[in-house]
Amino acid sequence: MSLPAALPTIPGPAGPQRLRALLERGLPLTERPWQALAEQCGMSEGEVLAWVECWQREGLIKRLGLVVRHHALGIRANAMVVWDLPDESVAEMGRRLAAEPAVTLCYRRRRQPPEWPYNLFCMIHGSRRERVLAALDEIVGRHGLQGIPRRVLFSLKAYKQCGGRYTHEEQP
Amino acid sequence: MSGERVSRSEPAELDDADRRIVNRLQAGLPLVPSPYAAVAAELSLSEGELLYRLERLLEGGVLSRFGPMYHPERLGGGLTLAALAVPEADFERVVAAVNAFPEVAHNYRREHRLNMWFVLATETPERIGEVIAAIEAATGLAVFNLPKQEEFHVRLHLPV
Repeated sequence: MSLPAALPTIPGPAGPQRLRALLERGLPLTERPWQALAEQCGMSEGEVLAWVECWQREGLIKRLGLVVRHHALGIRANAMVVWDLPDESVAEMGRRLAAEPAVTLCYRRRRQPPEWPYNLFCMIHGSRRERVLAALDEIVGRHGLQGIPRRVLFSLKAYKQCGGRYTHEEQP
Repeated sequence: MSGERVSRSEPAELDDADRRIVNRLQAGLPLVPSPYAAVAAELSLSEGELLYRLERLLEGGVLSRFGPMYHPERLGGGLTLAALAVPEADFERVVAAVNAFPEVAHNYRREHRLNMWFVLATETPERIGEVIAAIEAATGLAVFNLPKQEEFHVRLHLPV
């Protein structure tokens, strides 16, 4: 994987800046990963933990997690399911759909009528299309969404899977 | 890895311990001095085995990255989902033109008249509009800009 481009300049001591840059490459796979990072940016392990906790609290870092490469696991079907929900119920339905185990991402997005009237997006992944569609049927039934206009956009090909300056989740 | 084409290779084989590791770590690593030991204990594995398996999953390409997941908007950047309706005969040219922008990530072909979907991540929110204008100039196509208005949190991103 190529190294990310330079991080934006933020005011603050050099140590935390260097820590952010190092963290972009991922967390070291060693018993004391924070200690290893601390040694590389002239801080103590405690200081490193305190900075990362601060960034998490401020929401700069969502969590320390991992990015799964779907395709490598045989997860070949990836559907972006979009719904045209009334504005007054979209937030409630967004919360309910996000709680569905089959839904891996869920966002409210701006409509672009008339071509694109949909305001709620969720991703459903599966090994095959039939599985994804079966999961969707169950979701529609459970939440009474039969009358809500929707579209299912399966992906046909990935032309770019990485890029951008930060590691972030796939977006639909 | 811009321009990467996904191959039709065989899926990786994960055993039960691998699956438990991937599912557990999608929820995030605890912020403690020895995080791997803490997770290994939860999963009834030794720390050495957890580290060995994580290394293997990264090398095997099952995991592309392990570490902090950033919130680009809160880092002062811009982020949006965008779509194009690309004429079939022109698809390869437009893919190349769009992927040439370093701000483009996750470019997928999808089944719809709007058949190209990609994420834009920029250094500032203002840059989103500039990049969209540049993509429209480079492709001759109108970009649909569909910014996020609210995120609904899912617990497990991709159970395996």
